[in-house]
Amino acid sequence: MGVTFEAPKNNCNKPSLLIELLQGMYMSLLTVLFACLFYAATAILVGGLILKIRTYARTPAPLKIPTTPAPTTKTGVVLRMTREVTLFESLFKSNKWIWLFGYLFHISLLLVTLRHLRYFTEPVWAPIEMIQPFGMYAGFAMVAGLGGLWARRFLVDRVRYISTPSDHLMLILLIAIGLTGLGMKFVAHTDIVAVKAFMLGLMVFDLQPLPADPVLLVHLTLVALLLTIFPISKLLHAPGIFFSPTRNQTDDPRDRRHISPWAAKLESSAQSRSDA
Amino acid sequence: MAAPKFDVPKLTGFIDVPSVKEGASAHIKSFPASDVIQEGIGFPGPLPEGWHDKAIAKMGDLLGRYRSLQVFMDACVHCGACTDKCHYFIGTADPKNMPVARQELMRSVYRRHFTFAGKYFPSLVGAKDLTEELLQDWYSYYYQCSECRRCSVYCPYGIDTADVTMAGREILDTVGIGQKYTNEIIGKMHKIGNNLGLPGPALADTLEGLEEDIFDATGVPVKLPLDAKGAEIMLVTPSADFFAEPHVESLIGYAKVFHAAGISWTLSSKASEAGNFGLFIGSYDNMRRGAMRIRDAALDLGVKRIVVGECGHAWRVAYSFWNTLTGVGHGGEDPFARQLQQQLDPKYPAPQHICEFTYDLIQQGKLKFDKSLNDHRTITFHDSCNVARGSRMSDMPGGQFVIPREIIKAVANNFHDMQAETIHEGTFCCGGGGGLLTDDLMELRVKGALPRMEAFNNVVKAKQVNFLALICAICKSQFSKVIPYYGFGMSMVGGVHQLVATAILLEVPEETEQESEAEESEA
Repeated sequence: MGVTFEAPKNNCNKPSLLIELLQGMYMSLLTVLFACLFYAATAILVGGLILKIRTYARTPAPLKIPTTPAPTTKTGVVLRMTREVTLFESLFKSNKWIWLFGYLFHISLLLVTLRHLRYFTEPVWAPIEMIQPFGMYAGFAMVAGLGGLWARRFLVDRVRYISTPSDHLMLILLIAIGLTGLGMKFVAHTDIVAVKAFMLGLMVFDLQPLPADPVLLVHLTLVALLLTIFPISKLLHAPGIFFSPTRNQTDDPRDRRHISPWAAKLESSAQSRSDA
Repeated sequence: MAAPKFDVPKLTGFIDVPSVKEGASAHIKSFPASDVIQEGIGFPGPLPEGWHDKAIAKMGDLLGRYRSLQVFMDACVHCGACTDKCHYFIGTADPKNMPVARQELMRSVYRRHFTFAGKYFPSLVGAKDLTEELLQDWYSYYYQCSECRRCSVYCPYGIDTADVTMAGREILDTVGIGQKYTNEIIGKMHKIGNNLGLPGPALADTLEGLEEDIFDATGVPVKLPLDAKGAEIMLVTPSADFFAEPHVESLIGYAKVFHAAGISWTLSSKASEAGNFGLFIGSYDNMRRGAMRIRDAALDLGVKRIVVGECGHAWRVAYSFWNTLTGVGHGGEDPFARQLQQQLDPKYPAPQHICEFTYDLIQQGKLKFDKSLNDHRTITFHDSCNVARGSRMSDMPGGQFVIPREIIKAVANNFHDMQAETIHEGTFCCGGGGGLLTDDLMELRVKGALPRMEAFNNVVKAKQVNFLALICAICKSQFSKVIPYYGFGMSMVGGVHQLVATAILLEVPEETEQESEAEESEA
């Protein structure tokens, strides 16, 4: 399935000078614009996530509040968290429909994302080569899962009640990313070799021309938007779950003392026996 | 019973998820605390000047001190997994009783003041300013949550609405909006030592009366010692156990177990309350003050072990928080924590639940029962939320489900569990926990009990169950009051140690043997 990569050809077939000049300017303007867009989006994503994760990590959890029954060892907690993020264990217990659509979406998104790594690596890693066919069809599964989740926002009165405009927009955004991606794969092919050259170039700050294919441009713009809003939206559930005390704490309060810095200060400032 | 001013839900045999009815329980509001009550536990009177900024500042303070709150405010994706999990939503159909919507009351303000999207695109992300009206909504709906944590079991990110409710109540208290029932009780706990405001001499009287009752009934001189220095064990139990029915039957059960095991024990007039309502309002300070009383009492009495009676949230505080709050257990650094660590039996440095204690004795064969004495009862067991989802018994995860049931099976022949999704970690709250056990919330309490009553009714019908066994003082009071609304008798409600008390065989001293045999045959 692997697409052999060729360096973009230098198109010097001598059209009229003016057209070439205009085309060149247009190409470079577009290329520069999207390069900037992706640098900015990546910076916001990485910077924003670092800030948020730092906040989560630095904020103390003063009390032991695991939802019991909970593991009594660190290994147990790692297993619980692994089940939670790979199988969506709690969600499965809760609601089979949300689990089905949610799991379908997330696992497909993972496959699709892995498949896309081929646009960022040369030569393409063997495992990424291997998952290409699955990744391709995962695109459909992803859109189907999102469709199911969106339908619930209309059909289930409780979910309709709690849905905000941003909840709908988030689903629209993801579905649009999926549909434009599928469109380029199955309907109107884009110059994927040039796209790969652009992406590889981006990573080493060597700008290569980006094809001016409208579907591609919409796809890339929406992806950049997704990266940008990640650290300021509910997408924070991704890092958040790892810091959730009800899931990541060990159930051992009788065996080990758990005390946060601010609570410890209450003790050292105490005067009498009862406040000691 | 006076006719209720509301419609009591009909039992259908199924736990139905209702259609959303906006505002269905908006009128349910518990009585607010007076200035005197508020000031008694360190809070101002209602809406002091600059309340808005004070509330927002408090929210910022809590976000910086509790990782749970910070993560829970960010992580929710509105997936809807929790929407049908709350007993108050099932009972009232008010959408603001869906856990996510209850959290959203605070999250909307969090977004407005603490997030980029909420500051610049408020309507897009559902961000709201904290108005007086919204604050009143907080008061209504943060006091329609029993902090039972059922939603946290089912949330894919473990978001615990109880934590959000506690933060909400703490912010409300900071701007002088407190609840009369809870805050008055916290004041009594600090001043007198227990939630009922029962002073030492009255307690001594009550215990003496109970000793006489037990002796009259069994001919065995079972003691209920108070403030006995040098006893092996200090029992800390909810104060309702001293006088309320059916609670007192369990107290008799504990006393008989101690007696049969031949272990010296004592109650304390200083620590005459296991309950700690500081938990309910999320107040670390108040919770810590309550826990300190128990540490002081243990030091005064020089006991070697601390055992906690049948009380759900008390067990959560004891099991999960005592070590943190007071250093009972390991690692407390201050001189008194160290003194207590040296004093306590190294095998039991941390508190034990009375069920763990009794179960150990049963395992060791130290207690003898005649199970047939409970044959008039067909029993089911209600897992109390704070025990089920906020603590543990024994070394095994899930021991809190196994041990009470094993005790029941050891003392009685007829036991049936309720349907699977309503027991263990999926248990439904009794409807009166978390500071809602007050008559001004009766409508909420009756409606909130609906899912539990459905499951109970099903085993009553299918298995002829006639006894609902409990290990929580609040559950006992709540069900006693609410179960008649659903057509059951109050006498169906009781404690696990009440069952132990019925079946346990005590050695009768020779001079009274014949007398008591005569009584038993009469019974």
